[in-house]
Amino acid sequence: MFNYAFRRVLSIIPVALIAVTICFFILRLAPGGPFDGERALPPDILRNLAAHYNLDKPLIEQYVIYLGHLVTGDFGPSMVIKDFTIGQLLAIGLPFSLTLGFTAFIVATTIGILAGTIAAVNQNKWPDYVLVLVVMLGVIIPNFLMAHFLQLIFGVYLDWTPTGGYRPGSWEYLILPITVLAWPHAARISRLMRGSMLEVLNTNYVRTARSKGLGERLVLARHAIKPALIPVVSYLGPGLSYLLTGSLVVEQIFGLPGIGKYFINAALNRDYGLVLGTTVLYMFVIIALNLFVDLIYAWLDPKVRYR
Amino acid sequence: MKFTSIMRVAALAGATVLMTAPAFAVTLNLHNGGDPRSLDPQRVSGNWEDRPVSDYIEGLMTLDAAGNAILGQAASYQVSDDQTVYTFTLRDDAMWSDGTPVTAGDFVLGLQRLVDPATASDYAYLQYAIKNAAAINSGEITDLNELGVKAIDDKTVEITLESPTPYFLQALTHYSAYPNPKHVYDQVGDDWTSIGNVVANGPFVPVEWVPGSYIRAEKNAGYYDAANVQIDEVYYYVLEDDAAALNRYRAGEFDMLSTFSPDAYPLLQSDYPGQAHVVPFLGVYYYVMNQEDPVLADVNVRKALSISINREVIGPEILGTGELPAYSWVPPGTANYEGDTYRPAWADTPYADRVAEAAALMAAAGYTPDNPLNLQLRYNTSDAHQRIAVAIAAMWAPIGVNVELFNADVGTHYDALSAGDFQIGRAGWLMDYNDPINMLDLLKGGTAQEGGTINWGNNYGRYDNDEYDALLDESATQIDLVERAATLHSAEAIAMDEFGVIPIYYYVSKWVIAPQIGGFVDNPVDRHLVRYLTKSE
Repeated sequence: MFNYAFRRVLSIIPVALIAVTICFFILRLAPGGPFDGERALPPDILRNLAAHYNLDKPLIEQYVIYLGHLVTGDFGPSMVIKDFTIGQLLAIGLPFSLTLGFTAFIVATTIGILAGTIAAVNQNKWPDYVLVLVVMLGVIIPNFLMAHFLQLIFGVYLDWTPTGGYRPGSWEYLILPITVLAWPHAARISRLMRGSMLEVLNTNYVRTARSKGLGERLVLARHAIKPALIPVVSYLGPGLSYLLTGSLVVEQIFGLPGIGKYFINAALNRDYGLVLGTTVLYMFVIIALNLFVDLIYAWLDPKVRYR
Repeated sequence: MKFTSIMRVAALAGATVLMTAPAFAVTLNLHNGGDPRSLDPQRVSGNWEDRPVSDYIEGLMTLDAAGNAILGQAASYQVSDDQTVYTFTLRDDAMWSDGTPVTAGDFVLGLQRLVDPATASDYAYLQYAIKNAAAINSGEITDLNELGVKAIDDKTVEITLESPTPYFLQALTHYSAYPNPKHVYDQVGDDWTSIGNVVANGPFVPVEWVPGSYIRAEKNAGYYDAANVQIDEVYYYVLEDDAAALNRYRAGEFDMLSTFSPDAYPLLQSDYPGQAHVVPFLGVYYYVMNQEDPVLADVNVRKALSISINREVIGPEILGTGELPAYSWVPPGTANYEGDTYRPAWADTPYADRVAEAAALMAAAGYTPDNPLNLQLRYNTSDAHQRIAVAIAAMWAPIGVNVELFNADVGTHYDALSAGDFQIGRAGWLMDYNDPINMLDLLKGGTAQEGGTINWGNNYGRYDNDEYDALLDESATQIDLVERAATLHSAEAIAMDEFGVIPIYYYVSKWVIAPQIGGFVDNPVDRHLVRYLTKSE
């Protein structure tokens, strides 16, 4: 197991290199550049800008320079945002997005698992119907619509929560964003949980446990939950990645200092350094998550063993 | 309800402990739109960057609430007889927020940095009226001290111009001419705008910046007019989603919205009467025609395209916010432009007759609805641009033009326009200062470059008329404003009679101002300094 984990960690390096290279060259192939805008810049200024950011050197040389800086952790300057280096922007934005994503993840997973279990145990009775309906709203309604909707209801009409924005240290502002983020994820988890729980409840070993005279609660907690969680866990990896990247829209709508908008705006602005920086970071996060999930998998299912 | 009330009280208590401002501070919550790229006045170019910057730095001249140029850091000025030398005397009480007096050297630094090619400032050209500014910016002159801005002594700034420039005092109100604190710049260089280093000579000091969320500024007690500044704290919120911004305004979290979606206008008019301000603004929305294209080089084709557009419906019906149709290139209300606004004879002809005439012109050029001219119409991605493009394509169909719509993000779009890779393109120009030359320069012929290419600058349509260029050059030598205005009117008439460009509508500024805010004055330059605003609870 340890060997396996170690080898996986090492494999990050070639994957990262390939991803950065592809990203680097694709960005340059896109039409337009970082200095195009409504007003044409005089050619002298364009020349100066290009020289300042090394854009006038041959592409391969720029690539090598960039890799060299990257290895020392220097993401370089942003071509668009002048008052912060990319490292500073990421240092502010990434922890925020991660916190937001992880909190939404924990909330969603907990609610999803509980809802799925309750629905499975009460199959075809009213708790099942109500829970499935409420949770399905998260899948049916797209997150940008849900965000505006919740803002209107809870922020404007009821005035229960702030409608948006952020103050460091104040969690009030995160209530709506986390709800919007967590809802679709909770929906999917609860569906998976309900389905797999129903299957598990019909297996031989659960029947055996019941016939031994164990109470239903004990049967569920000790014998049914772990195997029922297996399909859920395989969703968690991609689910968490989706949450971390899905926060882009939520951050935009609620005006949060996350890393998501750098992805979008930097790509639109052709801010090469910032796009690469966010891509590299996200890539590492997702790889780490997938590894973590694989390891959890092995713990949950005794039949899974990694060579 | 009770639970959330308790939680809100607890959160509020916690937040109050964290906040350093006194609990009774008057806080203005301003929706700013985008996230500024910098707080450095010589490195920004958007109106969302202008707002926080112009509240913490003040130039020699500043604006009053109505957008007129008034004295700022300068106590007085004198102009030489030939109108090329301006001498400004600074106020005795002009100070940076760390207690250091403002000196003439600060203004020299700001303007030198503006034209320094290393700064790569987008707006360096706005101060090209200053002697040698253009030459330094292009690298022809390498010594920054050759710039026509000198510190005669600590309190006297002398600016020498290339030639008499009637709008020069106006140009000084633009942030490109703001001073930089030399004492901070000498120590930390370009980092002088980081929170912690930044100092203000204006009414507010930026104290916190959470990128993607807000910038917070506090009142600068050392500002010479601090006694009249009634706001203690300003939050410039970052939020580009118009619907979310409106929600927050309705929830009372924003006091002012700097824009709103046209779809929201009926709601604002019915539920929040009097709060939406839709005011003409010096800017033109227009289509350029690439006159290097052989078909579009024909003035009759251009005429047909222009006269067959029904501009009257665009503002009221397509956009919904009542933008006025544009028949002239220079918007009405532009200063230093005495005389009647250009209005072509065909503007008063019934629309049906215009369409018939256009169809005839196109037929003469060989294009009919059965054998249409295929034109590509490019615009940058936006709901409004798309609606207008679709409408205009429909207006052109009956005269024998088949339009292919093409949209791209703003960077790619303008890249294509600059490169001449288009047939018809959408563009917009918000005037940088209140003088007609700012619009007329857009149609000036290109300048030849080494290597045989021509740099057309912002003249995307490549309109080229030597007589027009000559009139513009002549106007630069005319000191008498009325005479100059007459020359410029003639130039505009030439370009418009030849359909060098198709103006469509004049921009409007769109604000929503909550009733508790006072002191907000609609003005055509759409710059509203927070120092003039008040907020009652």
